[in-house]
Amino acid sequence: MDEYLILMRLDLITKDAQPSPEQMQVYMKMYQDWVGGIAAQNKFVGGTGLSTEGKVIKSGQIITDGPFAETKESIAGFITIKAENFEEATNIAKECPILNGPGNSVEVRKVVGVDKTR
Amino acid sequence: MQSSEILPHLFRNEYTKIVSVLSKHIGFERLEIAEEIASETFLTATEAWGIKGNPENPTAWLYAVAKNKAKNYLQRNSVFKNKILPELTKSQSESLESEIDLSPENIYDSQLRMMFVVCHPSISSEAQVGLSLRILCGFGIEEIADAFLTNKETINKRLFRAKEKLREEKITIQLPAPEEIEDRLDSVLSTIYLLFNEGYHSISQNKTLRKDLCLEAIRLCSMLVENQITDKPKVYALLSLMCFHTSRFEARQDQNGEQILYQDQDTALWNYDLIKKGEIFLTKATGGTKLTKYHLEAGIAYWHTQKEDTKEKWENILQLYNRLLQLQYSPIAALNRTYALSKANEKEEAIIEAEKLNLKENHFYFALLGELYLDIDNSKSEENFRKAYSLAKTSHDKISIQKKIDQFPK
Repeated sequence: MDEYLILMRLDLITKDAQPSPEQMQVYMKMYQDWVGGIAAQNKFVGGTGLSTEGKVIKSGQIITDGPFAETKESIAGFITIKAENFEEATNIAKECPILNGPGNSVEVRKVVGVDKTR
Repeated sequence: MQSSEILPHLFRNEYTKIVSVLSKHIGFERLEIAEEIASETFLTATEAWGIKGNPENPTAWLYAVAKNKAKNYLQRNSVFKNKILPELTKSQSESLESEIDLSPENIYDSQLRMMFVVCHPSISSEAQVGLSLRILCGFGIEEIADAFLTNKETINKRLFRAKEKLREEKITIQLPAPEEIEDRLDSVLSTIYLLFNEGYHSISQNKTLRKDLCLEAIRLCSMLVENQITDKPKVYALLSLMCFHTSRFEARQDQNGEQILYQDQDTALWNYDLIKKGEIFLTKATGGTKLTKYHLEAGIAYWHTQKEDTKEKWENILQLYNRLLQLQYSPIAALNRTYALSKANEKEEAIIEAEKLNLKENHFYFALLGELYLDIDNSKSEENFRKAYSLAKTSHDKISIQKKIDQFPK
């Protein structure tokens, strides 16, 4: 089994795209049911949601607020899972409920040690 | 009460107190001596009370005799005379008499310390449970063997090796330092929980023994919440969890020792006193910042004390299982989570999720599938129950699965 990182990207800045508290509750349930299902297969490694607050540090020590200077897709959370191969990891990621929202995306990356990145 | 009745009754409680206090005094490395003195005390009591009748205050009588025997031992013991006594007289001028203190405070204190000794991470969890049962709960070797479904020799060996190990590691009878308490407490809690599970889920036929195991686990955990150093939220969570579970103890089995499924239980047999206690402890468990598996399991157990089959109930149970599994995977939690999913969401969704669990060696897995397919695809339901039957290990499991199979037309 290898480890895969699933990055979840959402529009966190456009006002219209923000869910109401009631919608949020529904989304959270869908999200928890999805992660719970992964954990029930003993394939959950770790992960969490992220707050919308953030700092971006660029080369030259330039620090800006927010992770989303130019894009409507910012990372809303991530989880790490165990899977046999890329195909399985992708299949799990496909069921991520944030994909119900138009414009949202999920990215799957295989986790490798620093020495193996090339 | 006749002496023949009162002694076994006193034995379980007082034996452990005497052993704990004496060990604290003469050192864990001489635990056997403490056990021997405690055993001898009860032997003396059997003889004396049989002839003269019960003393006015049996407990005080036992303590006085134990104290005397301990003093005699210590005075006879050359190691003590040559090595310990000079040290003792150097450090404190108190006489030996006041040293052996069987006051309630000291008994409590000694038992609490002993709890941390026998749950030391250097010995296996099986040995921790065994030693706890022997030294903290006063169970006989035969009873422990029965609880573990093994024989006396195995238990004797296991306890002997564990004591040797603790001796080698030079474990002292002290509470861990404040910075260590969190970690060490975890191993104490998991021992208590194992002890509890031994009683709650054991397939041993001795119902009284199993219930005693549960009650002892609750007693040990209660001791922890009574102390300021150990009254942490997670301790309350475990205590609450055990109260909720124990509240259904009587309702879980019929006269023949057969398991009664949750939905078929007679709620009149539930212990509402324990449920109330569980709720109080659960409230106290919310103080901390760290959510433990005990919190989540206590939450699940709480919702099971709500008999009404509401959507809200199953939704809460589902979410607690979702988080529990993220914290720690177990096949049973995965199966229970899938059942909750069928109640909170849809059966069809639960079937898809269940197929992914892939627990092909587990009869509960096929029993769950059988349950989920019922009224959706009865031939698949029957097929799964039959697989469950072929994998079931105990006759009780086989009987209850056979009942499920029998409901299908031949």
